[in-house]
Amino acid sequence: MFARMHAPAPLPVEPTRKVSIMAEEAAAQGPRPVVSYLKLPDGGDPYLEGQKCGGCGAIFLGERGTCSSCGASDRLEPTRLSNQGELYVYSIVHRSFPGIEVPYVSAIVDLDGGGTVKGNLIDVEPEPEKIRMGMPVEVVYKVAPRKDAEGNEYMTYYFKPRS
Amino acid sequence: MSDVYIAGIDMLKFGRFPEKSVPDLGAEAALLALKDAGLTIQDMEALYCGNLVQAGAMVGQRILQQIGQTGIPVTNSANACATGATAFRGGWMSIKAGVYDAVLIVGVEQLGKAGLLGGGGGGGGIPKEGLLGSQLMPAVFAEAGMEHTRKYGTTFEQFAQISVKNHEHSTKNPKSMYQKETPLEMVMNAEMIAYPNTKLMCSVNVDGAAAAVLVSEKKAREIGMGRAVKVSASVLTSDPFTERDLVMPDINTCTRQAAAKAYEMAGLGAEDLDLVELHDCFATAEVLHYENLGLCGDGEAGKLIDERQTWHGGRIPVNVSGGLLSKGHPLGATGVANMYEISTHLRGEAGARQVEGAKVGMTHVIGLGSACGVHILEKTA
Ligand SMILES: [Zn+2]
Repeated sequence: MFARMHAPAPLPVEPTRKVSIMAEEAAAQGPRPVVSYLKLPDGGDPYLEGQKCGGCGAIFLGERGTCSSCGASDRLEPTRLSNQGELYVYSIVHRSFPGIEVPYVSAIVDLDGGGTVKGNLIDVEPEPEKIRMGMPVEVVYKVAPRKDAEGNEYMTYYFKPRS
Repeated sequence: MSDVYIAGIDMLKFGRFPEKSVPDLGAEAALLALKDAGLTIQDMEALYCGNLVQAGAMVGQRILQQIGQTGIPVTNSANACATGATAFRGGWMSIKAGVYDAVLIVGVEQLGKAGLLGGGGGGGGIPKEGLLGSQLMPAVFAEAGMEHTRKYGTTFEQFAQISVKNHEHSTKNPKSMYQKETPLEMVMNAEMIAYPNTKLMCSVNVDGAAAAVLVSEKKAREIGMGRAVKVSASVLTSDPFTERDLVMPDINTCTRQAAAKAYEMAGLGAEDLDLVELHDCFATAEVLHYENLGLCGDGEAGKLIDERQTWHGGRIPVNVSGGLLSKGHPLGATGVANMYEISTHLRGEAGARQVEGAKVGMTHVIGLGSACGVHILEKTA
């Protein structure tokens, strides 16, 4: 066989569970957001937050001080992104790091009202015939099937087809 | 400003050299390029060295420790897969500016079997790969290809044909890592890595080095213009802001901007090109670059493939070296090795794979992050 570039390298060794007092406290506080732009308001539903430039309207994910589209500083305001959008493009990943379940569908989704997000597309067969670019999807929130080294849980997001 | 010429250029056959070091490989290529130019290290006024993986390890100086510590300035550069082209352009600018008359360029990389992938997660918390989509290169370039499918209906088979072509081309290149044909069924039925890229549609992870001697017009006349190749355009771009760029790297816009500037600088158009070595890190990428470099109109890449226009003997042969898919992709060396391929055709020295009557050629590399290098080379004699 040809050896190919970009063969996945091993993931860091699966963390051993160390239950410390701190971890127990963290667990009591519920799952943490998987990325900074996933917001978990007290008593409210999770949502994705964009940073919208007041100068040009570009939407970014994650905190930043300056807009890389127009260069405006201090004009970025948090904006709640829609949980609905459409599938822009995808790839079906069949080979990944050891320990990561394959196949999975890596999807790029344009959210209604602005903002583009990458994530796993679920509840669809990982076959090109079953996935239509442009199809409506929604953002759903679930506790991730992975924990960190301290045993903390994380809230993550997925895309699923919307009828 | 002086025109800039390639006076000497060569590359090692790409492969795996675990018994050698990065400077070993770089030094070997440097000596070949100097010999090709009929010059010595004493004639070189500066060294521009490209290497990615050991970017902090003074690779250029360690090469000089093997071939001659003449005290010349060394600039080490790293710019993802555009590393070699960036080093080359550094040397080109120094001659353009009139600072030097002769400089050495080396692009070198040692990847072993490990592979460069990105997407290791990072940023604390839990690994994101396979949870928030994929950051692995085969998937990132698959998604870029699927954008073309979305717009123009490009098929898995058309993407696969790129790999069939480049592997077929490599059978005539003795410096290619692999020299083996891969029929369409073989490419399509190979292990799926990230749809639509199968294993045979991903570039080969190899070690390699390539080097060039660049000279001013004055120096070229002094040593003889016989085999000199003119560098008619040297362009580097980074990715301008585009709508999805930060989530989905945009390899198109920076390539289009680089190509437009290169054509303008050379006073030439795509119709003047006799061959192109472009960045086929994945089969899907080559399809995009046909349009990005203006080899055909937008939406016509599929037709170009179906009509075999980019095959050797076609209207505009692309990657007659075998490309990154078969020749191999030693990151830092890639952008100089492409220059070797074009120069060899312009000199009429490409043997069995010679593109007959080649007068003008283009090289293109792109590193995610992003950096795009485009060069146009012209026959002089
Ligand atoms: Zn802005």
